[in-house]
Amino acid sequence: MSLNTPDTQVCLWTLQHAEPASLATYTANGGYEALKKILAEKTPAEAIIAEVKTSALRGRGGAGFPTGLKWSFMPRNFAGDKYVVCNTDEGEPGTFKDRDIIRFNPHQLIEGMIIAGYTLGAVAGYNYIHGEIFEEYESWERALEEARVAGLLGKNILGSGWDFDLHAHHGYGAYICGEETALLESIEGKKGQPRFKPPFPASYGLYGKPTTINNTETLASIPWIMRHGGQAFLELGKPNNGGSKIFSISGHVNKPGNYEIPLGTPFADLLEMAGGVRSGHTLKAVIPGGSSAPVLTAEAMMACTMDFDSIARAGSMLGSGAVIVMDDSVCMVKALERLSYFYFEESCGQCTPCREGTGWLYRIVHRIEHGQGRPEDLDELLRIGKNIGGNTICALGEAAVGPVASFVKHFRKEFEYHIEHKKCLVGA
Amino acid sequence: MPLIEIDGKQINIEAGATVMDAAHQAGIVIPHFCYHKKLSIAASCRMCLVEVEKAPKPLPACATPVTDGMKVMTRSIKAITAQKGVMEFLLINHPLDCPICDQGGECQLQDIAVGYGGSASRYSEPKRVVKEKDLGPLIATDMTRCIHCSRCVRFGQEIAGLMELGMPGRGEHTEVMPFLETQVSHELSGNVIELCPVGALTSKPFRYSARSWELSRRKSVSPHDGLGANIQVHVKNDRVMRVVPRENEAINECWIADRDRYGYDALNSDERLTSPLLKENGHWREASWQEALEHVADRLGRIRESQGAAAIGALASPHQTVEELYLFTKLMRGLGTENIDHRLAQADATVGVGARWLGMPITEIDTLDRVLLVGSTIRQEQPLLAQRLRQAVKHGAQLNVLHAAGDDLLCKVNARLIAKPSAWLNGLAQIARAMQEAGADLGAVAGAVSLVVAGDNARAIAASLLSGNSGGENKAVLIGALAQNHPAANELHALAQAIATAAGATLGFLSPAANSVGAQLIGVLPGPEGLGAHAMLAEPRSAYVLLGAEPELDAYDAAAANATLHGAEFVVALSAFKTAALDYADVLLPIAPFTETAGSYVNMEGRPQSFHGVVKPLGEARPAWKVLRVLGNLLSLGGFDYDNAEAVRADALPTDFVAGLNNTPLAADLLTLNSGDGLERVGETPQHQLDPIARRSRPLQATVDAAVPAVWIGSELLTGLGIAEGGMVRVRQGGAEAILPVRRDDRLAVDTVRVAAAHPLTATLGARLGPVSVEKA
Repeated sequence: MSLNTPDTQVCLWTLQHAEPASLATYTANGGYEALKKILAEKTPAEAIIAEVKTSALRGRGGAGFPTGLKWSFMPRNFAGDKYVVCNTDEGEPGTFKDRDIIRFNPHQLIEGMIIAGYTLGAVAGYNYIHGEIFEEYESWERALEEARVAGLLGKNILGSGWDFDLHAHHGYGAYICGEETALLESIEGKKGQPRFKPPFPASYGLYGKPTTINNTETLASIPWIMRHGGQAFLELGKPNNGGSKIFSISGHVNKPGNYEIPLGTPFADLLEMAGGVRSGHTLKAVIPGGSSAPVLTAEAMMACTMDFDSIARAGSMLGSGAVIVMDDSVCMVKALERLSYFYFEESCGQCTPCREGTGWLYRIVHRIEHGQGRPEDLDELLRIGKNIGGNTICALGEAAVGPVASFVKHFRKEFEYHIEHKKCLVGA
Repeated sequence: MPLIEIDGKQINIEAGATVMDAAHQAGIVIPHFCYHKKLSIAASCRMCLVEVEKAPKPLPACATPVTDGMKVMTRSIKAITAQKGVMEFLLINHPLDCPICDQGGECQLQDIAVGYGGSASRYSEPKRVVKEKDLGPLIATDMTRCIHCSRCVRFGQEIAGLMELGMPGRGEHTEVMPFLETQVSHELSGNVIELCPVGALTSKPFRYSARSWELSRRKSVSPHDGLGANIQVHVKNDRVMRVVPRENEAINECWIADRDRYGYDALNSDERLTSPLLKENGHWREASWQEALEHVADRLGRIRESQGAAAIGALASPHQTVEELYLFTKLMRGLGTENIDHRLAQADATVGVGARWLGMPITEIDTLDRVLLVGSTIRQEQPLLAQRLRQAVKHGAQLNVLHAAGDDLLCKVNARLIAKPSAWLNGLAQIARAMQEAGADLGAVAGAVSLVVAGDNARAIAASLLSGNSGGENKAVLIGALAQNHPAANELHALAQAIATAAGATLGFLSPAANSVGAQLIGVLPGPEGLGAHAMLAEPRSAYVLLGAEPELDAYDAAAANATLHGAEFVVALSAFKTAALDYADVLLPIAPFTETAGSYVNMEGRPQSFHGVVKPLGEARPAWKVLRVLGNLLSLGGFDYDNAEAVRADALPTDFVAGLNNTPLAADLLTLNSGDGLERVGETPQHQLDPIARRSRPLQATVDAAVPAVWIGSELLTGLGIAEGGMVRVRQGGAEAILPVRRDDRLAVDTVRVAAAHPLTATLGARLGPVSVEKA
């Protein structure tokens, strides 16, 4: 089995074809077969959920929550409308996988959303697309139209008597709208701010109706699972970490890009696939799962395999699979300053610890980077972080704290050097 | 009922309650900012974080539902650490300018910081500064102090029904601001001042005039509309410094209207009358009380002797107290006149079977399921009652409206019948007819309405009123001030009652003034041979006695009233202010407003509410009941020997006075159900012109709502006039006329010209509801 080829690819396999996004390409390679079978056989929802549970598919958006379990939370006998929502609000710095799915294989996501809609008893689905990507949004709209013309969406899908439609919602680019309840608020036309939970979307979601929200890659994996079986998907990865996963590698590698490889692949293999770090430099640190995942040292990272459990054991998160590689030219203080600025700017401002705390964190790191650090600053950063973490409405507070705490923990000496010498250790 | 343990106390609490509710029940205080019992849960300030057993993180008490067996610790190390952490965050960007902040001493942030804040700040970075916002003449802003609790924003969305404030921006850049630099103009806007837990939103008129700890807090009752909002008057050095709400869930909840809050400014104004004045040879001079009262007694006595008591007319404002109105009526009846009235704005002098009232407790408004609002500009007339109706609509009530204008009531309206005032009888008859066709029994009006053809809007209203009978729905037909002022008020009343009866609804009157119900109970009404307010001004009397009344503004026909008063032989005005009576009266007697005398009002639900004076009378002003007592004695009338206001009250309101509340209509002649021809005026009392106090409050008069009255007409009429919006037009009613700017409102009924009444700039006009012509000026 060679990596990052149709052997291991669940979502990005259409890239091997001349017109990857077209309905013709998708159907010529078994696309919509799973849906047709389900509609023809009227497969019970329980059976589909069981198959997804068997696959050990875990949410690809960052939290890694088991998808089958999430689907089973939807109330079965709810009298009113229910919804399926796809989260393509890919805003986590370092992450650029979902845009490639809707650009190069939109029909697999459409099929996945239709199957989800069928399984969960939804009347409609929404795909929330990040505001800063335009071509992908247009590509998605084209694919939807193709599907409608082909009778795959709308009234009486494929003659089954079942109605279901999908809509795109183009966001405005706020990071916080990737948080599922802020995303729902945004679809409803309100300011994108997370809701307090409970109630969870499964009972009170879009327009107050039961709603299931999944990441793009998660939903796009569903047709593969239904076609090849949950067991095959599980075997593609490793126990509790089913399937392949797209890793978006960026930073100081020779061949940055998306690599779709089985979960459990050693990080060393992934790094090699990406061409290794720049020549003349050595690996210094890696953020393995998007900017809010704690940073890991080169040594810790090289010992990891790329799956949820291994990365978690190392003290970080697989997150969205955005791997940010940093070589020895990186000043960790400057890197953290940039990350902290991001969370400061992207905090929605709704709840106190995040609104006030992210600015405080950023300003201290900024001072240290600019030679105005004080010896007590590092402990103060950690103290402030503790007061944010766990006290906020959504996870953005913790996301802002993750980098700060891990950077200071793993690279404290570098911060201390900045404070003491008012300049950078790197290149000194 | 879940059993939970909170700080070691076991309590049973309703399912669905929150930990915050449980804490209230257990008498435990959890610090909070964004939580407010009347607003939705935001859970955003995070101050109320508490420890819950088995929960990995601290949870916000305001948003966490209780579950059976839950164990909550509000004072554990984990809880206190979280609370102190949040407190520190709230303070880092707060300016801590308490010494120059009006909120100092009554600030939630200050109070809670004492318990949860550090003694010194660890924050050494630059603090956030936020640009001030201009919210208009009532609310001052210091937005740098804002802690983003969003209470003011939620108030607009949920209580006021109009989102005048929003929170654009993200993160630290989030700011509370009005949309597009507009000012806040809602009739309940001032409530955001109490809601604001810090000094970001404070009272503009009160700004920098006193510290909260210097103020004595005295209970009182609002003297404006018929709700009788409970207020707390704050006093320093015998001067009213401000008015804030006094919570009473049964009446005003925790809100007051802007009129209730800012009217007080008039009490200290230069327009107060502070000495008795006598006119001699056309010139005013100050006089002693003794001289002035003897003069009044002498003149009234002589006019009675020479022309008979019927030559005397007596007009009292329904904003005067029970005690004052009782002695006033006693005095006038003692003199022998039956020309007594308090209903200055009403065209129809018919005296009802009893005192017209709401017909139900105020709290029942919240529970209504079907409502027909007849002739009420409710946001102006009854700002807080409009708020209660809004809540009822939010909970599913169907609100139906008969009016001359399709105003935005800031809630969903089920159906509207919009017609010019003379067509209202026909409108109600159409509704009754539609009900009749649906099989309802219309009783006494059945024959009259059977000849009417019901239109679609009337049918929609009828269907709404008849629906849901099986479910025991609460229904009401409410008659507003505009309908009460209508020349055919008696007939409207009869039809409204028939509709109410057929629908199984309660008929209610929205009492326009603080003491409308009290005045009726006491009998400040024409006797069998007497003239009502409108008639006694239309058929001039030789002498008039005015108690707090300003007929030249408030009468149904202001122009006629003004001419009559100018032509009268003798006018005595008992007033707290230097009114236009300076132009026509012969004696002015300074009386104490509600803050300077003990007194009582009976509100629209028939609830008597007594209050004490909160400051000494200004200058030579005296409580009116004392002035009337002396006058009674000077005129040698018996029964004026009262030692205190309580004794007057005991005589004025017998213990069984509620028996006097009765909305039964009199027999009405419904022969003509056709509307008149041509343009008609709709003249409402603007909210800030309701009474002598409101109209003399500078902050209220500086609001958008108090701008120069315009002539509002529809597009068709405007085009016909060949004049652009904003241009000047001449409005004529017979010989009366006014020149005013014209504005467009296409929500008005056909042939309707809306010009405010009760306003100095429109007082040259005639009948509030009646034929009118408009031409280019």
